[in-house]
Amino acid sequence: MGLQSFLFYYFAIVIIATAALTVSRRNPIHSVMFLVPCFIHTAGLFLLLGAEFLAAIQVLVYTGAIMVLYLFVVFLLDLPSFRIKKITHQQTPLAVLAGLVLVVQIIVLTVVAVFPRPAAEVKAPYFLGNTEAVGASLYTTFLFPFELASLVLLVAIFGAVVLARRERGEELP
Amino acid sequence: MLDILVPDFRVIAPELILIVTAFVIIFWELITRTARHGMSIFLGAAGTLVALAVTASLAQKTISTFGDALVLDPFASFFKMIFLVGLLLTIAISTRYMVDEGTKDHSEYYGLLILAVVGMMVLATGRELITIFLGLELMSMSLYVLAGLFKTDVRSNEAALKYFVLGSFATCFMLFGMSYIYGIAGTTHLRQIGRAIAENPALLADKGLILGMFTLLVGFAFKISAVPFHQWTPDVYEGAPTSVTAFMSAGPKAAAFAAMIRVLMEALPLMKTDWELLFTVVAVLTMTVGNLVALAQESVKRMLAYSSIAHVGYILIAFVASVGGHADRALSAILFYLLAYTFMNTGAFAILIFLRREGISGEKLDDFAGLSRRSPIGALAMLIFLFSLAGIPPTAGFAAKLSVFYAAVQGGYYALVVIGVINSAVAAYYYLRVVVVMYMQEPATEGGYAGTSPLLWAGIALALAGTIVLGVLPGGVLEAARLSVISLL
Repeated sequence: MGLQSFLFYYFAIVIIATAALTVSRRNPIHSVMFLVPCFIHTAGLFLLLGAEFLAAIQVLVYTGAIMVLYLFVVFLLDLPSFRIKKITHQQTPLAVLAGLVLVVQIIVLTVVAVFPRPAAEVKAPYFLGNTEAVGASLYTTFLFPFELASLVLLVAIFGAVVLARRERGEELP
Repeated sequence: MLDILVPDFRVIAPELILIVTAFVIIFWELITRTARHGMSIFLGAAGTLVALAVTASLAQKTISTFGDALVLDPFASFFKMIFLVGLLLTIAISTRYMVDEGTKDHSEYYGLLILAVVGMMVLATGRELITIFLGLELMSMSLYVLAGLFKTDVRSNEAALKYFVLGSFATCFMLFGMSYIYGIAGTTHLRQIGRAIAENPALLADKGLILGMFTLLVGFAFKISAVPFHQWTPDVYEGAPTSVTAFMSAGPKAAAFAAMIRVLMEALPLMKTDWELLFTVVAVLTMTVGNLVALAQESVKRMLAYSSIAHVGYILIAFVASVGGHADRALSAILFYLLAYTFMNTGAFAILIFLRREGISGEKLDDFAGLSRRSPIGALAMLIFLFSLAGIPPTAGFAAKLSVFYAAVQGGYYALVVIGVINSAVAAYYYLRVVVVMYMQEPATEGGYAGTSPLLWAGIALALAGTIVLGVLPGGVLEAARLSVISLL
């Protein structure tokens, strides 16, 4: 087993383990904290694929910004952990069954599927580094979707403001 | 050095006009610090009309730009016009309703409506999976907020939350499917995916491609509310503000159809046999479940929600029929149906808004009792919209259903036509029940209808005109629809 595949299995196993811990912890803070190693190891997978830009973004955005946001939300909401347990409890058997069926289907189909070209080949024509290749396609082929994404984010901000703003004398249900 | 090609901005001219309009509307109120409802309506209607004029002037062109991520062809132009007509109708019928309901977020309401239409237009013009996905998100994100606009109404809260959670879930399926298709074809551009599959027919037997297509279609089926992905529809349509429901039931569905047709026709035409079977089952289920559950509804708003599910079933018949010999007729029937549906369904919701008085929602069947005596014109308008929804001549709904069934007969899908006709007969019962209540029952309470305004009447008149003109003279529009789908075949 080469170093590459050793690292892959290390990252993959840690991701699956921490993801399982994230959804199974009763304390929301523990859940959020287990997401941190999950995200960092996902960044490791990106590095193995030669996508160093994505790896950096993964650490900066997800592990840095989004995790802090999650923590803030969990702190602000002050979720009583026992209530979460109660609600999910009734649905657990059905959810596990449906999830298992889907997972088995996906695994089987992924094993049978033939991926003719590795996706990483896309960067080849530029003979540049990964970061430059991402930048180049963002400003040429994918210029329009790139700009459109900013509009989607703007709508999300509008939406948050509209829904969260409370008028004077307005009673929310 | 990078070659940055100057894109052809004509392709996104109507989108740019609408984006500017939405920003002006939203920021006007911020800068002037006055909540002027009239200004938002005026700007919104003006922007829509300009965008409509620009779209009409470019209707015959076929231009591809942004590295083939976007294409303006007659197909896209036809859909853009459907969305803009829907937007215009919605703005007209919203004015009085928003004042009556006492909401203060006027500028955001109109701004988000317009940005949702921008998302729909991107769906109709997008020729690349990431662009299509972002267009869908822009549209959906705006709709999630609009559904929950009445913050003090629990049902509106419920509608927004349900729509958001289930909608995001459906989006995940769609992205998952897209990633598989990308992994197998090596590109996100629809034409290149089609070429990759054509050059390597071995891919057709690939289970991964089938999984990708299937999960992608799950996402689309959710957006058009086809059974069994329809459960969100009645609750969201009932809880959302009525004007938003009117908007949601027409344009966004048409947009999802536009993107779905383009993806299947340009990227996966060789997988016809797979999606033909899939959509045959879904079409039958959608029609039957929609109609049968609509029969049991006491709320007219909820009944219209189930009826909108049933209508998606009829449209899917035409989509299945497009696999047969006369694809141009079948696809043009879809376009015509969606335009007709925009007029008649928005019109029916406009009457619901018209009925809305202090304390009476205008949503229950009893609210329609004796309408013919209190407002003969309102009752007559509702009668025509309901006849059209039921598919009774000489209305747009009849012409639309006829063209769908005709295309299916030509393609040899007799069983589907028989099921469709039986379903139409069932549907006539619950539409005509409203007519009976309007014309033959005594009004339960006295009192005039306070909720009228010139703009609301203008909206009803426009919807009526569309419903009748498309019903009496469908030929021209059908031919225009046929010419606009040819570029896809």
